Amino acid sequence: MESGLRPQPGRGPFSPEHRLKTCLNHARQLCLRLLMLVLLTGIMTPALAMEDGILTALAGRDFAAKSQAVSQLIEAVATGDAQARELVLSLATNDVPNVRLNNILRQRIGAAASVLALESPDRAARAQAVQALLSSPPPAVLVPIVEAAIAREQDAHLQERLALLTALMGLQAADAGQRRDAVQRVAETGDPQYRTRLLDLLERNPDGSWVEPDESVRQATTEGIASLDAADRRARQVGTVFAGISLGSVLLLAALGLAITYGLIGVINMAHGEFLMIGAYATFVVQNLFRQYAPEAFDWYPLAAVPAAFLAAALVGVVLERLVLRHLYGRPLETLLTTFGVSLLLMQSIRMLFGAQNVEVMNPSWMSGGLTLMPGLLLPWNRLAIILFALIVVAIAWLVLNHTRLGLFVRAVTQNRGMAACAGVPTHRVDTQAFAFGAGIAGLGGCALSQIGNVGPDLGQAYIIDSFMVVVLGGVGQLAGTIVGAFGLGILSKTIEPFWGAVLAKIAVLLLIILFIQKRPQGLFALKGRSVEA
Amino acid sequence: MAAIPMNSVRAEPALPTPPAAKPRSRSVAPLTGVLTLVVLVLVPVCALVVPAGHPLHLSDYALTLIGKILCYGVAALALGLVWGYSGILSLGHALFFALGGYAFGMYLMRESAGDGLPAFMTFLSRTELPWFWWGFDNFAWAVLMAALVPGAVALVFGYFAFRSRVKGVYLSIITQALTFAAMLLFFRNETGFGGNNGFTGFTTILGFPIAASATRVALMLSSFLLLVGAFLACRFIVNSRYGQVLTAIRDAETRTMFVGYRPLGYKLFAWVFSAMLCGLAGALYVPQVGIINPGEMAPVNSIEMAIWVAIGGRGTLIGPIIGAVGVNGAKTLFTAWFAEYWLFFLGAIFVLGPLLLPHGIVGLFKRRRA
Repeated sequence: MESGLRPQPGRGPFSPEHRLKTCLNHARQLCLRLLMLVLLTGIMTPALAMEDGILTALAGRDFAAKSQAVSQLIEAVATGDAQARELVLSLATNDVPNVRLNNILRQRIGAAASVLALESPDRAARAQAVQALLSSPPPAVLVPIVEAAIAREQDAHLQERLALLTALMGLQAADAGQRRDAVQRVAETGDPQYRTRLLDLLERNPDGSWVEPDESVRQATTEGIASLDAADRRARQVGTVFAGISLGSVLLLAALGLAITYGLIGVINMAHGEFLMIGAYATFVVQNLFRQYAPEAFDWYPLAAVPAAFLAAALVGVVLERLVLRHLYGRPLETLLTTFGVSLLLMQSIRMLFGAQNVEVMNPSWMSGGLTLMPGLLLPWNRLAIILFALIVVAIAWLVLNHTRLGLFVRAVTQNRGMAACAGVPTHRVDTQAFAFGAGIAGLGGCALSQIGNVGPDLGQAYIIDSFMVVVLGGVGQLAGTIVGAFGLGILSKTIEPFWGAVLAKIAVLLLIILFIQKRPQGLFALKGRSVEA
Repeated sequence: MAAIPMNSVRAEPALPTPPAAKPRSRSVAPLTGVLTLVVLVLVPVCALVVPAGHPLHLSDYALTLIGKILCYGVAALALGLVWGYSGILSLGHALFFALGGYAFGMYLMRESAGDGLPAFMTFLSRTELPWFWWGFDNFAWAVLMAALVPGAVALVFGYFAFRSRVKGVYLSIITQALTFAAMLLFFRNETGFGGNNGFTGFTTILGFPIAASATRVALMLSSFLLLVGAFLACRFIVNSRYGQVLTAIRDAETRTMFVGYRPLGYKLFAWVFSAMLCGLAGALYVPQVGIINPGEMAPVNSIEMAIWVAIGGRGTLIGPIIGAVGVNGAKTLFTAWFAEYWLFFLGAIFVLGPLLLPHGIVGLFKRRRA
């Protein structure tokens, strides 16, 4: 039987025998339909002649004949013909001499082979086959095989994907009812990548007739596309909100420390962005240490990087407060300039220590990839981790400010420095500690930023103005204001961006803030009381 | 400002600025006049008559450098007026400076392009000038715009900012954000100002070749005259009744309001005047350095202007000029000798200046004299 399938040597595509053979084939093809019927009724006749004919057609040069032969072969596969299966598999692996297939035919054979691969006992092989089939669905005749595969399938996820596959295959079914059903099932997935498949049904043939002859199917297709579009819009909206929350969480980490120190000393610390940078570089150093001394624990380096980033930034904060800011209290505008000078010094020092180029901070492996929330919407793990991290940091800041002695002092000094001093609050020590705390939080923000962006000497500069805006928006010394300001600014920017682009969005946000402070000069959450207007 | 009561327990001196200006008995007019005459005579002689190689010869490089620093001096004076006399620390003066520069750069671009389009526009396949380029083939219009455009921007921004009584650090930050936003805007090619590259490749000014020594002398002398004129104008302003109220607002805005003044107009006038002065300085700066691009609006430039004022001594008019000349002179020497340490040096000036010289260089002399 095997030898019968193989073309005999000497029967090349140009030989006279071959011509004769092709002519004969046309006659034989008429018989094929009859044979199919026979096969379908379950009488398993060894269809040696048919296979032979297909193979000869495939070895020929006539594309139409070849195409038809492939269709026949696939139909034969659908009926469970073992020979046809073997032939498909060997064609798919290019194992048949003398047969040359162009891309279209090879794709069809490949699809049929993938359908057969669904019977593989190996889950990975099945998953791969489903993946391949979903991007180029095989003809509808193979639906029974896929349905059999669904019945066999143990894995719920694969079962679901296979069901989707039958829906896609059903789009080409011969029966209009089946097609309509398939259109509805495809639309229900809500996955925008199948939109073009539905759109194909609404095309017209060159002669003006519809590709899809049935009116009701076309109707269902139009509705299906509308529902896919709606799903796509929803995914985009959710994606925008997520991007906004993600940006907001970064801004929150950057602005939280700034709000605390601003509330306390009344000066916006221009070097605050550099505390972010120090945190990021601390993460870089910790990462390198882990890579060198404990490569097996590399995935857990953030656990060490977080405290390291906090301590490094807090230490620089203490030095800055003790050496410089302490001597400038009461002169806010000059302090502003001084902190800017400090930021220049810190940036230049980092350039000299680590070079002017960006350094690479690797994500631990558990942070790569993402969560597919809905079709067409992937939420990266590192961004999700940072949102969670930001919330934890806010919770810690809230606990420190509201449930510790230090927090009580910080709030007292923020509200009225003179009264606090009279009541025995050691304001000097509170200043230092609170400044270190705010700097440390910025360090934590830098640690988070290193996971999603470039780490370079200019890192802080990119976030500093946005952080100011958060503080301006949220008001001073108010945790709630900072949170609302950060997420509000993040979501607002990301909402405007798709329409106007990033630059104009930034400008628009800025103008909105300038207008906003016309109404609420003290920010969203203003301190109340006589201490406000000094 | 959401002001926090600053440190009322600590025995710090009050705002480190001299008392409000009093009408002076001694006039500076004769001194200024003599100085101006000397410069007007000496500079052309040294640059054009004295042969090259002679120790008294002024090279083109030196002329450009001095002219540039004089323009910085005007900008510093403008900033000193608002910061020293009305307590508004603007971190947006680089914007006004650059706007003036752009306005004059538009004139220079059209002059060098002749009847055609400026080169960068044909490069961006534009076929006609955008509407806001109208009139910039006229020198007088360009000079007018170099003052009016920054003035208008300052007027709109200042009206909203001062009306809601935004002040102090808050105002500084918002002016900085405004400058930053404008820089982003000018970086875009679509804005119509040459994007990233800005304007360069100027050839002539009023028909005179821009690189000729005589033109450079004229530009430098114009910068000098602008500086002298600006100094006298500012001096007149701060010594007038208006200037007294302005200083009162700086020192105690709420109290001045209770007395019956509305601070808005007072602050707005100083603010807009300062912006226009800064724009003119930018307009003279551009033909001398031969380029204007959005990098001029970088936040660091505004802050550098503030440090000139702080180093020179705020609350005086001569202080900002001294600061601008001193810091820029130091910058020229430093970047020539050890370029990589300039940022360290600048950072050190920022940190040590306010710490060691709370009243600036001028304050140092005053204390000595006292």
